[in-house]
Amino acid sequence: MPREGILIRQPFERLTDAQIQQIHQASMDILKNPGLTSYNREATDIFQSNGAEVTTITTGDNPSWHISIPENLVLQALADAPKTVKLGARNPDNVLIMKGEEPRVFFITGSETNIWLDTNFTTYVKKSQPGTEIQVPEFTPRRGTVADLCNSAHVCEHLDTLDGYIRTVNIQDKDITEDNKDVNKFFASLNNTTKHVMAGLTSLNQLNNVIKMAEIIAGGKEALRENPIISLITCLVKSPLQFVEDTTDTFIEVCRRGLPVVVSSSPQAGTTAPIKEAGIMAQINAEVLAGITLGQLVNKGTPVIYGSVPVRARMDTLGDSYGAVETSQYNIDCVQMARYYQIPNYSTSGVCDAKIPGQQSSIERLFSNILVTLSGPQYLHCAYGLLDCNSTFSLLQTVLDDAHFNMLKFFLKTPNINQPELDIVKQQIQDVSQTPQKLYIRYIRPMLRRGEISAAYPFEGNGDKDNVFALAQEKVNQLLAKPVAHINPATTATIFSEIPGLLPRLNIYKEERQ
Amino acid sequence: MSEDIIAVLKENVIQGRKTQDDEGIDETLSGTPGVVELTQQALANNTPPQTIIGAMTAGMEIVGKKFATKEYFIPDMLASAEAVGAAMDILKPLLEASNIETKGKFAIATVKGDIHDIGKNIVAILLKGAGYDVSDLGIDVPADKIVEAVRNEKPDYLGLSALLTTTMVEMGVVIEALKTSGLRDKVKVLIGGAAISDDYAQEIGADAYCMDGFHAIKLLETL
Repeated sequence: MPREGILIRQPFERLTDAQIQQIHQASMDILKNPGLTSYNREATDIFQSNGAEVTTITTGDNPSWHISIPENLVLQALADAPKTVKLGARNPDNVLIMKGEEPRVFFITGSETNIWLDTNFTTYVKKSQPGTEIQVPEFTPRRGTVADLCNSAHVCEHLDTLDGYIRTVNIQDKDITEDNKDVNKFFASLNNTTKHVMAGLTSLNQLNNVIKMAEIIAGGKEALRENPIISLITCLVKSPLQFVEDTTDTFIEVCRRGLPVVVSSSPQAGTTAPIKEAGIMAQINAEVLAGITLGQLVNKGTPVIYGSVPVRARMDTLGDSYGAVETSQYNIDCVQMARYYQIPNYSTSGVCDAKIPGQQSSIERLFSNILVTLSGPQYLHCAYGLLDCNSTFSLLQTVLDDAHFNMLKFFLKTPNINQPELDIVKQQIQDVSQTPQKLYIRYIRPMLRRGEISAAYPFEGNGDKDNVFALAQEKVNQLLAKPVAHINPATTATIFSEIPGLLPRLNIYKEERQ
Repeated sequence: MSEDIIAVLKENVIQGRKTQDDEGIDETLSGTPGVVELTQQALANNTPPQTIIGAMTAGMEIVGKKFATKEYFIPDMLASAEAVGAAMDILKPLLEASNIETKGKFAIATVKGDIHDIGKNIVAILLKGAGYDVSDLGIDVPADKIVEAVRNEKPDYLGLSALLTTTMVEMGVVIEALKTSGLRDKVKVLIGGAAISDDYAQEIGADAYCMDGFHAIKLLETL
């Protein structure tokens, strides 16, 4: 049975039908004029051979072309693109079925950060009362490693609220190179979680090895097609409106292989997109549609996901402001656009501007997590553990986020109000009204045991003591100590003998591993 | 046979099953005898009331431990206490006939002007479950009625409850009325409620402030 996710019965919407139509039409106009600048020869040729108007740009050091994409090409691609996308998993119970018209939300980690945040607790003594001590968390940033990625996937495997895994940390070990990064990041992830694994590709020449590894794990070519345990995310369009050379190559190749792929665009309102909501929406929609169109021209029926990571610029640095209120507005707008096209949506929430776990982090992430979830994206990259925009990952923050999502999932349950229920409670009311104490407490217990009463905040301290971080760290340690279902020894042996570049220390069955 | 019933009785106290209709924690027990039915069966087998009380006390001790380790919540604790309280109602005439003393008599009331009784009712259930003979005087009870009950029922303890800062002053009025009536030294006065504190208990001359029902039970053992 696939994972259920959360069905949003009445999605929160910001745009009217007329506004959706207007954005769509503006995107069509933009795709035609000014169109896209392409730094990728093959994409240019594909568009040209399918009727797009192409002109060579003579300025600049790198060869580039101007592509004017006609509306009919886009509409045909939208018709050809699958409306349901299946993301497989090592454990069949973790498969995700995403239907473009159905606002069923799956919560996913990501994205890839460079920095891993260690948490240690230091004891401080109150100067005026030396008997009074407090434990204060201290956060130490460092570069992420493959061991960190394993630990991250391991913890995420045990978080019930999490439906899928996007690699959370960039592996920067000394023995990781451009040529072996992809196989190691996919293996580290797949070996530590049985949920769906999505990642970007660092080097196109590793695609064959990555796919071969996935085939070995899934049980062959056909088995991988049936159960795509991995998918790719590609940012082929750089804002504003440019097909990038290398990621477009990757995207084209992934489409040829028929693996599910996210067409992701991340314009920044104010710098790489207009600051006005209408502007960033018309542009991001055009950028994603350009990618979807290319994908369908390469391989009709390629399972594509409408990937939207719009963000507003910070006014003090012009960096990304994921904590900005507008960022959530743009994301919700994109959810509506994707649903209009009936293509499953990859959306973004929970990323914060705060650099460490704390009040700012909680407020920023919870604000966007609640609102964007309510809009009903299918694949919600909701940034478990992410801090400092997309720069830092913290396991402590990850389990704090899990607590938030438990609350959110409980809140979104379908109300159990129907005639049989009302008959039961009417009887309870009659019974209790005849007792001296007039209390309903005895009816709590069965609901409590069945998990029908929401749990208390799991990191609540005693009395006026705030132990949230210490308790969350305990939870991290518990989850790390809890075993996960690794890839079995025989399959692991096959992978290590057939896939070049894997770090020996990732083979958990080899005793001599470092 | 009697030993079996006593063991099952203790287990049903832990499960918080007052009657055979209750689910308890283990849902498979539904339909099997609860504490009330088992108490009746034990008495029919000539089991001494003290043995039944002993089993229930042992069960409640385990319930208390489960509550302390957060395995149980207040509804579980109350269910067990309610089950024991129902058994105590069955045993009461036998205990009186045999001159066996309970842990003590406890009168409890929400003071005048205040109609909030959730806390008071929970405390009453817990005290009854802990073996006290509880007399609930109700809500919005004026001082003279409380004095009259103390005079007539002769409780060992008097519990006064108030939720509001505007009504908690009535507790002081009750204590003054007890003094005037010459009854203050006949009864230990315990007070509780959201706005109440240790300081306030001392200020009005109460014997103790109880944070909640569990605190009250512990405190009573020391008074």
